[in-house]
Amino acid sequence: MSTVDGQEREPILQMSGIYKHFPGVKALNNVSFRLFPGEVHALMGENGAGKSTLIKVLTGVYSIDQGAVTLSGRHVAIHSPLEAQAAGISTVYQEVNLCPNLTVAENIFIGREPRRFGRILWKEMNRKAEQLLRERLQLGIDVTQPLYMYSVAIQQLVAIARALNISAKVLILDEPTSSLDRNEVEQLFKIMRKLKEDGLAILFVTHFLDQVYEISERITILRNGEFVGEYEAAQLPRIELVSKMIGKELELLGELPKAGGEGRAEAKESLIEAIGLGRKGAIEPFDLLIGKGEVVSLAGLLGSGRTEMARLFFGADRPDQGQLLLKDSPGAVHSPRQAIDAGIAFCPENRKTEGIIDDLTVRENIVLAMQATRGWMRRIPRKKQDELADQYIKALNINPPNPEHLVKNLSGGNQQKVILARWLLTQPKLLILDEPTRGIDVGAKAEIQKLVLSLARQGMSVLFVSSELEEVVRVSDRIVVLRDRKKVKEMQEDIGQQQVMQAIAGG
Amino acid sequence: MFKQKYLSIAVTVFLFAVMFLAGSFRYTGFFSLQVILNLLIDNAFLLIVAVGMTFVIVTGGIDLSVGSVIALTTMMSASLVQEHGWPPAVVIPLMLVIGSLFGWVMGAIIHYFKIQPFIVTLAGMFLARGLCYVISINTITIDDAFYTKMAQTKIHLPGGSFISISVIIALVVIAAGIYIAHYTRLGRNIYALGGSEQSALLMGLPVARTKIAVYTLSGFCSALAGVVFTFYMLSGYGLHAMGLELDAIASVVIGGTLLTGGVGYIFGTFFGVLIQGVIQTIISFEGTLSSWWTKIVIGLLLFLFILFQRVLSARQATQKL
Repeated sequence: MSTVDGQEREPILQMSGIYKHFPGVKALNNVSFRLFPGEVHALMGENGAGKSTLIKVLTGVYSIDQGAVTLSGRHVAIHSPLEAQAAGISTVYQEVNLCPNLTVAENIFIGREPRRFGRILWKEMNRKAEQLLRERLQLGIDVTQPLYMYSVAIQQLVAIARALNISAKVLILDEPTSSLDRNEVEQLFKIMRKLKEDGLAILFVTHFLDQVYEISERITILRNGEFVGEYEAAQLPRIELVSKMIGKELELLGELPKAGGEGRAEAKESLIEAIGLGRKGAIEPFDLLIGKGEVVSLAGLLGSGRTEMARLFFGADRPDQGQLLLKDSPGAVHSPRQAIDAGIAFCPENRKTEGIIDDLTVRENIVLAMQATRGWMRRIPRKKQDELADQYIKALNINPPNPEHLVKNLSGGNQQKVILARWLLTQPKLLILDEPTRGIDVGAKAEIQKLVLSLARQGMSVLFVSSELEEVVRVSDRIVVLRDRKKVKEMQEDIGQQQVMQAIAGG
Repeated sequence: MFKQKYLSIAVTVFLFAVMFLAGSFRYTGFFSLQVILNLLIDNAFLLIVAVGMTFVIVTGGIDLSVGSVIALTTMMSASLVQEHGWPPAVVIPLMLVIGSLFGWVMGAIIHYFKIQPFIVTLAGMFLARGLCYVISINTITIDDAFYTKMAQTKIHLPGGSFISISVIIALVVIAAGIYIAHYTRLGRNIYALGGSEQSALLMGLPVARTKIAVYTLSGFCSALAGVVFTFYMLSGYGLHAMGLELDAIASVVIGGTLLTGGVGYIFGTFFGVLIQGVIQTIISFEGTLSSWWTKIVIGLLLFLFILFQRVLSARQATQKL
């Protein structure tokens, strides 16, 4: 395969100086992007980097504030998904956006069915659909079956067929492989290579590093809404890709002093142990032992399986193999209810939708979990509630220190502390924190990190999930590194950011 | 190959056949063509409403206003023809326009204000029912020549049996319904909308137009059913067709249409109505049973069908090619 020489050829799609901001957030800040015919171009970036905003701009879901988009050398302004399709830009989303109740043929042709005098010609439609799938995607399936009868992989191919039928010049594949198994990914890649040879320009978004290097010629990296750079895949080592995505220069990272682990990492009594625990499509089977008073971190890129692993520990998802053993109490954890009874607390990643209850006060939010464990019949007396709320507001430094304040009016960091207080009140043995410091300011971050360390010193075990390496390294006794939904490494001593980053990048 | 998607309909048809045969063995005089035709004659208006309702439910919506729209149609027709002397040739088309308009407005409110169809059509139900009493609180009997002719004309079939003009209208509506559902873009867009509104939008289908069209269609069908109901009762009355919306919904569900949308057939609805009719007929042949037994049997059947559909869709979820 020859490398694509971007300088000499004419890009089919060029976006330059794109700005898009939402209230309070610069989602895209002077971002540029070029796509050439006959290439697969990977768009990389962590959460909040602006990947999905860029795609939504391109497909007409959002309009841009400033900047220019040219398609085949002509300026275009795209205002709706329909206009994007008409211009030749088609998108296949992660969750297949087709109608599962309609047949395969209909899903390809709906809106453009062959008709005579307004009557849909089913035979012709089926024949065309079959031909399209066979010739361009090498897929021989019964197109008269409803779509739900087929696997996600095939549904995705059908979505691609629909895109091709609208005579796409640019095909955007948004996380197409996240729910496919290895063979299905292979099949998809084979088709992508063929489409590439046909001259199609493919924009490929994924968080699987292996796949990026397997299929794409060039890589564009975004970070925090800014354009980091456009690189030839062959000339960008993995470790550099990761550091550009995360945004730390390696040399600089190496010099940072290590803050965690002073004298805490002795042999600990074990608290909970996962043996061969796994869930298909979420995380491959893994072993993990968490000791009493130990802080174990899960590190990895977005989509590497961190949250999925944490959810298995809480019983929020059902594992399909392996078991989770509690040392103190017999029996396994099958549901959040059992997990809570066993002394496990879980602070979910998305505090807005899964954690706080907006319209209740700080006090009410804090006592919620404790009330739940007592049962609703035994109401916590108001005086006791006030006491507890005051105690934790002081301990966690919640601001404003008013228990009757509505939670929705607190800043993100303080909301996070309220959730923490809620679970601390139940005096858990294991506290699972999924991205506890996401989107909160530096001061609050430091406070939460300090809190985690002091809790561990008091004997509480913590399972800490974070995408920020610096933080992971600072608080952890042990770091479990995940990549592509697999536990790849467990690091105990001499943890440095560089080693962790290398493990994350792999290969 | 027998496709699984027809399984639900097959069960409905089978159920109808079993009930009819059971009635035939138990009662003399039950097994005749005329008994079946009477099912059509007595339920022509229900058939028409149920066609509109099927489209609405296939999109994942619901239309509770249909019974009230029927009552309002009988009331307005009776008042205009009887008290104001308007010719039926003007009144009937006017009714159809008003019914469609009523549905159109509800559809537009549902779509543009993103309000639950349940609430919007519930409001429509109260509104239409209330308007009946603005016209009159009493029954208005119709003795117009055209209406009585429509009511009393028997179309004789070979073999001595007969049907009414309303049956012809109902059968035409059903045929048109099947054609729209399966051979027009509107029909397929309705199914797509029921499958996934989000996807339909991203596939560039006219979601707004389709959704509003469905309620307009249902409004039209209700008004047409109202006209047929006027032929049937030869009167206008505010208490006509009380709770008919629920009978229509029951027929649609028994006919195999999923309340969650996306799946359903007019043909199934046809048998759903006939099953309701056959239960009534059995009860009237039995003679001693209260007619409320119809409701009890329908209630049980609905439970069974909903459970059956649940099991089917659960099986579909695990069964991939």
